Amino acid sequence: MADSPSNPARRRFLTGAASAVGAVGVGFAAVPFLSSFQPSAKAEAAGAPVDVNIGKLSPGQMTTVSWRGKPVYVVHRTERMLESLSDVEDKLADPESAVTSQQPGFAVNRFRARQGNEQFLVIVGLCTHLGCAPTYRPEVAAEDLGADWKGGFFCPCHGSKFDLSGRVYRGVPAPTNLEVPEYVYVSDDIIKVGGTEEESA
Amino acid sequence: MIKSLGKWVDDRLPISHFWNAHLAKYYVPHNFNFWYYFGSLLLVVFVLQIVTGVWLTMSYKPSAENAFASVEYIMRDVEWGWLIRYLHSTGASFFFIAVYLHIFRGMMYGSYKKPRELIWIFGVLILLVLMAEAFMGYLLPWGQMSYWGAQVIISLFSSVPVIGPDLALWIRGDYVVSDATLNRFFALHVIALPLVLLFLIGGHIMALHEVGSNNPDGVDIKEKKNGHGKPVDGIPFHPYYTVKDLFGLGVFLFFFAFVVFYWPEGGGLFLEHPNFIPADPLKTPEHIAPVWYFAPHYAILRAVPDKFLGVVAMVVAILILFVLPWVDRNRTRSIRYRSTGFKVNLFLFAAAFVGLGYLGTQPATELATWAARFLSVVYFGFFVALFFISRRERTKPVPERLT
Repeated sequence: MADSPSNPARRRFLTGAASAVGAVGVGFAAVPFLSSFQPSAKAEAAGAPVDVNIGKLSPGQMTTVSWRGKPVYVVHRTERMLESLSDVEDKLADPESAVTSQQPGFAVNRFRARQGNEQFLVIVGLCTHLGCAPTYRPEVAAEDLGADWKGGFFCPCHGSKFDLSGRVYRGVPAPTNLEVPEYVYVSDDIIKVGGTEEESA
Repeated sequence: MIKSLGKWVDDRLPISHFWNAHLAKYYVPHNFNFWYYFGSLLLVVFVLQIVTGVWLTMSYKPSAENAFASVEYIMRDVEWGWLIRYLHSTGASFFFIAVYLHIFRGMMYGSYKKPRELIWIFGVLILLVLMAEAFMGYLLPWGQMSYWGAQVIISLFSSVPVIGPDLALWIRGDYVVSDATLNRFFALHVIALPLVLLFLIGGHIMALHEVGSNNPDGVDIKEKKNGHGKPVDGIPFHPYYTVKDLFGLGVFLFFFAFVVFYWPEGGGLFLEHPNFIPADPLKTPEHIAPVWYFAPHYAILRAVPDKFLGVVAMVVAILILFVLPWVDRNRTRSIRYRSTGFKVNLFLFAAAFVGLGYLGTQPATELATWAARFLSVVYFGFFVALFFISRRERTKPVPERLT
């Protein structure tokens, strides 16, 4: 400033006050711009449940459906696969499904499935590491996965491994088990992915 | 007539002042070598990307439904569309080739040292924005690799503690990479980030012209001036270096044109093969790899077994460049007068960077992961070693004038 003010303290206070009020104004003005990055009402509404017909899914087979834009895997596990689940538990990071965000309450069990329909696994097919879609690798002792591979899911992106219940192995990049979505059985053959018991009751 | 018109304008706009200050009377060291081509080449590539980019937007459709088809339309049906697109896609790769060589030049000749720290900081900022620009541009063709590459990179943000998942959602604008993501990346890629780049490049060059260029000897030419106050070892940028840089540009264009016309896919490095398949949100490609210029950082990410720490390592690998001017405690600038320890250290750093780049494009086998871990240690070890080497380094005497 060229001229020194007659009352420097007042000048400093006014400059400071004007700057502070201006900064608050800029902060408020930024809100709409930052909020417009949030999912739109349309994106939030596009979460309708999806029906999957499992009647023609033979044991060992997997089918993929799209729910909220995400791949959802439905696997019909064989008896042998269900038995193998307990064999790998000492190598898993969370065999008890203790992380509650990764499944609804009904799936906190070894099969991570609804009681009475343990053979059907329903999981969101996105790796909990960085969101790639893991590949279904049911073959036992697959050449590239090692002799003690009991079948499961393998993520091609960063090598994360999951068992046939979507439970994550220790020592891989993925931190948690694959997510089990909300789903209900509409009939013996139809699963409603995204549906809850209250809605169908 | 023309002359008086020129004077009329010059009296109202400082054109001749600008010309003299930055070209005709801007003095630079006379000993620039091969490594000094890349600065001006980068400027040319930047302009090329802007021009071809503007033309591409004329036929491209930024929607999940039409994006892939509109790129094929550009390739097949738009007059010369294939050439404009290949110039743009090849330009992206050459941008990074030139940027990495330009950075290496700065590290060899100590161009980041006092008084040029701010030029270096501007440069690292340009690198960061350029990476964001390239990443967002790569989503636009909406191929398989576009889609899953974006899915992986955006998911990186979800590993940030507490706010991570909301942050990733905020970036995508949807629960998965979708039309909303594509549309906003288009806006950022064609308007926002190029403008930011323009300002940063302006700052980079202004800061450079304030203190003057370094040179392969690392000698300050302003120390020795003649009777007219001009550096005795300096020559005006124009015409000496404009002509030299034009020659360099000619050689550069020779290689550039070869790739554009005969090798536009770069063997799957410049344009990846899975990207010729439209994006499928239900199926990840068998082998997912970033474009080559992100491969070194991607290899560092994969080398760390923890999700969040992997992201931290990858980000720090770039951000650590910011503090290089203060990590290097030796005042001798040029590699020519520095110790063998420094030379070996820098060579190992460059080799680790190239090695990580190779590993980043390969599947993550056990052996490759361990190799990436080893090279990551070498990469970060460079900075640690430099901090200690430079403390009491036995350097050779620096000459007073350019050699």
